[in-house]
Amino acid sequence: MTTEADTLVSTQVYRVYIKATPQAIWDAITKPEWTERYGYGGRAELDPRPGGTYRGLTSEAMRAVGSPDVAVDGEVIEVDPPHRLVMTWRMVMDEEMAAEGFTRLTYEIGEIEGGVTKLTVIHDLEGAPKLALLLSGGMEDLGAGGGWSWVLSDLKTLLETGAALVPQDGLNQG
Amino acid sequence: MNDDDRVFKALSDPTRRFLLDRLFERDGRTLTELESELEMTRFGVMKHLRILEQAGLVVTRRQGREKLHFLNPVPIRLIHDRWIDKYRERRVSALAELKHELEEGSA
Repeated sequence: MTTEADTLVSTQVYRVYIKATPQAIWDAITKPEWTERYGYGGRAELDPRPGGTYRGLTSEAMRAVGSPDVAVDGEVIEVDPPHRLVMTWRMVMDEEMAAEGFTRLTYEIGEIEGGVTKLTVIHDLEGAPKLALLLSGGMEDLGAGGGWSWVLSDLKTLLETGAALVPQDGLNQG
Repeated sequence: MNDDDRVFKALSDPTRRFLLDRLFERDGRTLTELESELEMTRFGVMKHLRILEQAGLVVTRRQGREKLHFLNPVPIRLIHDRWIDKYRERRVSALAELKHELEEGSA
């Protein structure tokens, strides 16, 4: 039986304040020309309507070491630009994580206040312990990147300074 | 006080670090759950949680009638990426300069 407590443990919540407009943050999350510039550096393909498909592609650096073309797939559940995006999200690059199935990812982008916008990421990872470990940064030493904290830190730096923290070929994808 | 100041101030207290450790073990807890692990009044725990929330280290979300507390590691990551890495780079470049100077000197 799944108790409420089990569900809670499997939810990860991340928040960052960024000196940028909600629209700029929305674009950085949904548009491939932005998603390739921070974090894992892959292009996103998103059809922004309920039922639309989402694909997170691997970066060139990842493909160069033998990764498949698609890292993440999913389906849009709810979309309200530039404030709210809910989708299913499954890591397909790794067999075990793919077998954990679809998780649920929510982006909440607040109103701009004093030049700053609040971005909250809520990832419901019920039944996906290996993916949860990856996204919490627990596999960074294995060259798997630092998960959501790392991605959001990099996103903040990109939007505020125009440059990513990590050169894209610096990610050691094994 | 800027964002980094609030994070360092929040982390400077052992009770607050204890609360973060409890959330690291199991995230999404209520005030009642967190309070049960500390020899402290409910008001005292609330005060610490508020400082953690103001520093961005704890994010609360409502679920039904309950308010749940989640650990938000992003502010610590930001300090790591932008502040600690800066010194690491400087040290590397200082070593590179030293090497350069030594090699120049021996030539």
